[in-house]
Amino acid sequence: MLYRISKKNIRDRSLERIEEISGQSVFDCYQCGNCSSGCPFVDYMDLTPNQVLRLAQFGQIERILASETIWVCSTCLQCSTRCPKGIDVAKLMEAFRTVKLRKRAGQLDPYQIDVDDLRELPPIALVGCFRKKTA
Amino acid sequence: MTNLAYYPGCTLKTNASHFEDSALQVMEILGLPLREMEKWVCCGTVFSMASDDLMLQMGAIRNLLRAQEQQLSEIVTLCSMCYNTLQQANKFVISDPESLDKVNDLMYKEKVRYHGDIKIHHLLTILRERITFAGIARQITKPLRSLKVGAYYGCLLVRPREFAIDVFEAPSIIEDLLQTLGAEAIEFPYRLECCGAYQTVTHKEVTALRTFEIINSARRSGCDTIVTSCPLCAFNLDNRQNETGLRKPGFEKMPVFYFTELMALALGRPWDPNWSKMHYVNPEPLLQERQLL
Repeated sequence: MLYRISKKNIRDRSLERIEEISGQSVFDCYQCGNCSSGCPFVDYMDLTPNQVLRLAQFGQIERILASETIWVCSTCLQCSTRCPKGIDVAKLMEAFRTVKLRKRAGQLDPYQIDVDDLRELPPIALVGCFRKKTA
Repeated sequence: MTNLAYYPGCTLKTNASHFEDSALQVMEILGLPLREMEKWVCCGTVFSMASDDLMLQMGAIRNLLRAQEQQLSEIVTLCSMCYNTLQQANKFVISDPESLDKVNDLMYKEKVRYHGDIKIHHLLTILRERITFAGIARQITKPLRSLKVGAYYGCLLVRPREFAIDVFEAPSIIEDLLQTLGAEAIEFPYRLECCGAYQTVTHKEVTALRTFEIINSARRSGCDTIVTSCPLCAFNLDNRQNETGLRKPGFEKMPVFYFTELMALALGRPWDPNWSKMHYVNPEPLLQERQLL
């Protein structure tokens, strides 16, 4: 797969912001792939968790923010518990979502939820989803 | 009689009312009744992991403040997500004095400040440690001899490591409980795999496929049924079997119980037909077949 990386954004401020919000250092990652192999939703992601880390190391934050990956994550914490370097990968995913949500660019419009589903869905599902995906 | 302060959370009063009902009955029989705490609010269901935003922790912390006001030193939850959210939020705010100060300042209209010393327990640890499985065994009147049950832990009872109720990659607490109830406990490969959680709202087709994997794994391992402790897992693994059936022809449905429902049966309580109404996949045929009704 061909990625174009620009020197311009390898050292820009957006990675600092992500590291501040998550409290994690992306440079700890040595690409072992434990996170991606444990991730239950990896098949539905356009970028796997380890790819997210790698792109973050190259400062490609905008590419990550535009991905489907950060919204398909279910915060199961499998990645964080298995990372041999102790990186809280789930927290990093949350940081990317947070950046989007703070710009009011959440993934979910509550009015788009199927009405039949709404009748059945328990409060726990709705509250959880709204907290993760709506700004 | 001593009792335990109990924090229900929103779904235990609605879609999972049978979880609460069976748990209250069970704890009454075991001599440690649950007493619902007052003035609780929704905990927020998911732990918000942004390290620079304390506002998102307030729902959870307010409940702990209420517990403190009511002179409670500890609270017990049934819902895995409430357990996890309260634990993580509590840890976050007490991690340094400045965070604790800030979150109290945010709640400036409250009459007291939260000190940070409320202990949060999940019912399973209370059963294991205070009542003990041997203690439960002594009260069993109707062992679930004919039932093969898989314990589905899901995510939030065993992750993060710090708050896991048992060894996080190889827990056995629910299997031990099931054996105590007389059932055959089966460890199946997908017992620690995420059900999809809140993705059921926006990506229900993906959740339906997760349900397929988990239920299939349980069935292939010989389970008649599985138990859970989380209303969201119960919804995904039970209600979403409808979606799974639409996408996977030949999929065989399986009833899903809360662990307290099976406990109630083993401790001699009659099965309540109102509980069946709360299930999506009707559990009565299985219970009838195994003479547990």
